[in-house]
Amino acid sequence: MTLLQAQGLTRRYKLPRRTVFGTPPVLTAVENISFEIAAGQTLGIVGESGSGKSTLARMAMAFEAPDAGRILFEGQDIHALGAAQLRRLRPDFQMVFQDPFSSLDPRRKVGWSIAEPLRAMGVSAPDRVAEAFEQVGLHPADGDKYPHEFSGGQRQRIAIARAIITRPKLLIADEAVSALDVSVQAQILNLLMDLQETLGLGILFISHDLAVVASVCDNLLVMQRGQAVEYGAATDILNTPSHAYTRSLLTAAGETH
Amino acid sequence: MKQLPANFIIGAVLVAFVVGVAALSLIWTPHDPTDLNIRAKFGAPSHVNWLGTDQLGRDLVSQLMAAARNSMTVALVAVLLGGSIGVALGLLASAIGGWVEDIVMRLADLGFAFPALLFAIMLAAVFGPSLTNAVLAIAFINIPIFARVARASGNQIWTREYVLAARAAGMNKFTITLDHILPNIAAAVIVQATIEFAVAILAEAALSYLGLGAQPPASSWGRMLSEAQTLMYLAPELAIYPGLCIVTAVLGFGLLGDGLRDMTDPRLARAR
Amino acid sequence: MFEMHEMTVRFSIGDALRDASLRIAPGDRLGIVGESGSGKSMLAACLMGMVPQSATLSGRLTIDGTDMTHAAEDLWQTIRARRAAMIFQEPMSALNPLRRVGDTVAEPMRVHLGLGKAQARARVQALFEEVGIPDPSARLRMFPHELSGGQRQRVLIALALACDPELLIADEPTTALDANVALKITDLLVHLSQSRNMALVFISHDLAAVARATTEIAVMYGGDIVERGPTAAVLGTPAHPYTQGLLAARPDPRAMPREADGSRRRLPTIPGSVPPLQAMAKGCRFTGRCAVERSECASVKPVPTGPRHTTCHALLHEETP
Repeated sequence: MTLLQAQGLTRRYKLPRRTVFGTPPVLTAVENISFEIAAGQTLGIVGESGSGKSTLARMAMAFEAPDAGRILFEGQDIHALGAAQLRRLRPDFQMVFQDPFSSLDPRRKVGWSIAEPLRAMGVSAPDRVAEAFEQVGLHPADGDKYPHEFSGGQRQRIAIARAIITRPKLLIADEAVSALDVSVQAQILNLLMDLQETLGLGILFISHDLAVVASVCDNLLVMQRGQAVEYGAATDILNTPSHAYTRSLLTAAGETH
Repeated sequence: MKQLPANFIIGAVLVAFVVGVAALSLIWTPHDPTDLNIRAKFGAPSHVNWLGTDQLGRDLVSQLMAAARNSMTVALVAVLLGGSIGVALGLLASAIGGWVEDIVMRLADLGFAFPALLFAIMLAAVFGPSLTNAVLAIAFINIPIFARVARASGNQIWTREYVLAARAAGMNKFTITLDHILPNIAAAVIVQATIEFAVAILAEAALSYLGLGAQPPASSWGRMLSEAQTLMYLAPELAIYPGLCIVTAVLGFGLLGDGLRDMTDPRLARAR
Repeated sequence: MFEMHEMTVRFSIGDALRDASLRIAPGDRLGIVGESGSGKSMLAACLMGMVPQSATLSGRLTIDGTDMTHAAEDLWQTIRARRAAMIFQEPMSALNPLRRVGDTVAEPMRVHLGLGKAQARARVQALFEEVGIPDPSARLRMFPHELSGGQRQRVLIALALACDPELLIADEPTTALDANVALKITDLLVHLSQSRNMALVFISHDLAAVARATTEIAVMYGGDIVERGPTAAVLGTPAHPYTQGLLAARPDPRAMPREADGSRRRLPTIPGSVPPLQAMAKGCRFTGRCAVERSECASVKPVPTGPRHTTCHALLHEETP
């Protein structure tokens, strides 16, 4: 069943004008991108910085609206919803961010941060907080600590716990392992796979690192300068890349193997 | 433990002294600061009147102490009032953005262009001079200052990933502002408040000097200064003491504010 | 020739570097691999004489036989830029945004080599050409923000080469760059090292980049060099359990993502995480995360053994039954 469907997404940004009378230059961050994610499946998006992949994530999270195209979550256009309707739908799609040092409020205990999505739903359930801690391999007693008391990998586990506490159907991970050391990165990737299998999560996994994306995804979207270069089953693209850009990413990723 | 910056230590000592004296005047002054004793006018320092007496025979130490209390009260009320309104506006601007932000910031620009003194004179012209009007005038100039600080630091916090996470969680902007934005801009606001406290003390002294602030018999450094002006040749110390008090208080809060800023944002300290 | 013999950098909370021994000869290309907290940047700081004041140094560091272990700052200033130079991870923050890049690169030549304006300019232009900046005469008049990330890193390399150093230390030079640009910068560093007979110390957490750039490699963990040797050999047949774990944890883009039963293939991991310096074991630093751990590991520091100077009790035990 299709969980998330993007149809012809385009996003342009107006840049500061250079001259008094000229029209301000426009940057097309994302141009005519379409993709689908099914429940329990992972779509990987790979591309270098400035390729538009984070813009896609922000549009999929309804943090910003596309200039053209639609994003359907279980058939509903999320950008056509009212603010209150959107807030009611939010527990179903959650996000894990890149920087485990800025994704948790430094002034709040992590237990408080993890429970935030529940509070937004008007639910108070300490047992679900404890469950979320255990699901990501931490101890419920850790909830009384502040973010600075944890390592980068542990913080990313905390961020994941916050994202899954609402029992979402879709998880968007934007460079979620990029800031981590290699040995910790593998742990977090495995954790995402575990959670996907136990919770039936659909995952949109975004990274600049093709090797990382390849290890977790079923389908793959390769982006370059806002455009889709290749889109299809990951094994097909990785085994027989049709585009020179994909091949160059493979070369860069595959040196040690 | 990092070493505290020198400006912080000096500022803290001066502030502790001024605030301590002001607090003490609530329960004790050597004499009643308003007690007239014409026979003892222009008294030299003695064990009874430590700094002597003024042209009406009032005890100088007692007057300076009472004036410190008045000055602190005015500054506190004005900065709290102006600060809260300003921070609220700034947070509103940064939470909603768009045209709301534009309007708030243009209004702030307008407020900046409007001197406090002019506003105080206007208030005095309409409602008559009073301490309340002085407080309102000083509070008014603080609104745009705090609005800008709150909006600028607030906008930074709004881009943090934990705020995005709160939005993803479905929190509304009001809750996010209370939960995340306000606690994280508190440091910047407190630094600004300390510095504005110094400015408010100076403004109160200036308004009182012009007769637009504290009215007799309330004590005020500014008014003591203006009364002593005509007696400069006869008794210069009557002008010197309140002047020194103003300098001490302003310098103290100014240094304390700078010190706090250096500690919370070392980047700014180096840039200056 | 830079030589390090059992260098230890001790802070009040622990040793950031323990008994590090290295030899770097002209033209050598040495990779230093490790995760955060491995001590790889501290090693670089030692080579540049830039260890923080609060640390205590022991062991021996020599440059062409001169003992530099406790050398004074003014002696180090004659070494830096002229004999050993360094480039960093973030090419934007390492350049003054208000200065034209040509002026930035010319400065050390004028200060250290006493070149005149015209001479320095000619040299900058030649250097820009050498590091592969197209249209150098135009580029040297540009400001950092006008250049791409890769070009900024090239400018920084030119800056490091300004006084013809014998040793270039590159600390995570490709981490902030996109994969394709990173490859080109890596290749440029190799080329420069070969054409100038300049030693290159390439510090990175990125095994692929180190494999491409270097002939020798030292793997670090928790302040220890756990294993060193020829790059291909160490990456091909890792000896230390940490090196083995690190190599296995790196995802392979060509591996099958699913097992035969349809479940997703998990990556091999190293359990736990790097402990903070003050919580490190006294013996082998890898204690607590190691699959072949022995009773003596926590308390006894393993002696470097074998051709790779591997520090592991389990290996020692295997070799001498």
